Amino acid sequence: MVCDQFIVRKISKIAKMKDIIYKQEFNIQGGDFINGGEASCKISTILKEIGIDPEVILRVAVASYEAEMNVVMYAQQGTIIFILTPVKLVLQIEDIGPGIEDINRAMVPGFSTATDEMREMGFGAGMGLPNIKENSDVLNIDSETGKGTKLEIIINLP
Amino acid sequence: MSKKIISLEQIKTSLNLEVLQGNQLDKKKVNKGYVGDVLSNVIAQAKPGDIWITCQGHPNIVAVAVLKKLSAIIIVGKRNPEPATVQKAKTENIPLFKTELPAFEVVGKIYQQGVFGI
Repeated sequence: MVCDQFIVRKISKIAKMKDIIYKQEFNIQGGDFINGGEASCKISTILKEIGIDPEVILRVAVASYEAEMNVVMYAQQGTIIFILTPVKLVLQIEDIGPGIEDINRAMVPGFSTATDEMREMGFGAGMGLPNIKENSDVLNIDSETGKGTKLEIIINLP
Repeated sequence: MSKKIISLEQIKTSLNLEVLQGNQLDKKKVNKGYVGDVLSNVIAQAKPGDIWITCQGHPNIVAVAVLKKLSAIIIVGKRNPEPATVQKAKTENIPLFKTELPAFEVVGKIYQQGVFGI
């Protein structure tokens, strides 16, 4: 789907819901490099239409793109749940996949388990999780080897 | 050399770029650029409005350009982008060029016109 073809509910309507201004779930298909990144594009478009600060949108874009591409690269499938509240933005990424064997190592810039093919495409530089951390206020990672990975990214609104 | 804002049309003409996707290039302005093939570096470091020089030709580069609001992509070094890349660039309205020149030459020629990296 195209980034700019998204209808966003107006804040006035959704303000009736308690803390959640906006919530949406996206499915990510493992190995789909052609469509990889589109969920992140949609999230960016939604944030722009709501009128979120452009600097925040760029931070979300980096964190969301890296998380999405990790699912595309390593997992069989996954979901991104995107939640916006008046004070923060939450991305919950959950996948069915190999999991992360050693999270501390995975956080070290340059550490990567990518294949040569991924590297040739410019992925797998070992900057994914460090880039997510750099652009988020909170990053929680929960992973089980052989089962999958859960990421929670929180970005506070100014 | 002083900083200048130039149009995509000027860049296209001066480098004799092949236009794979793009229109009204004279109205689209560029004042900075970024070169890189590692997508994590580009997504983290390129700035909105940058013209991006890369040898990557797969469709995912368009998503990076959209997310970082880049002004255009130049695919360098005799690389042929996949048809899906051109199609995606059309859908997302990201100007896409191609040249046989290597990245160093492309960056040098654009820099000479007053478009810098920072």
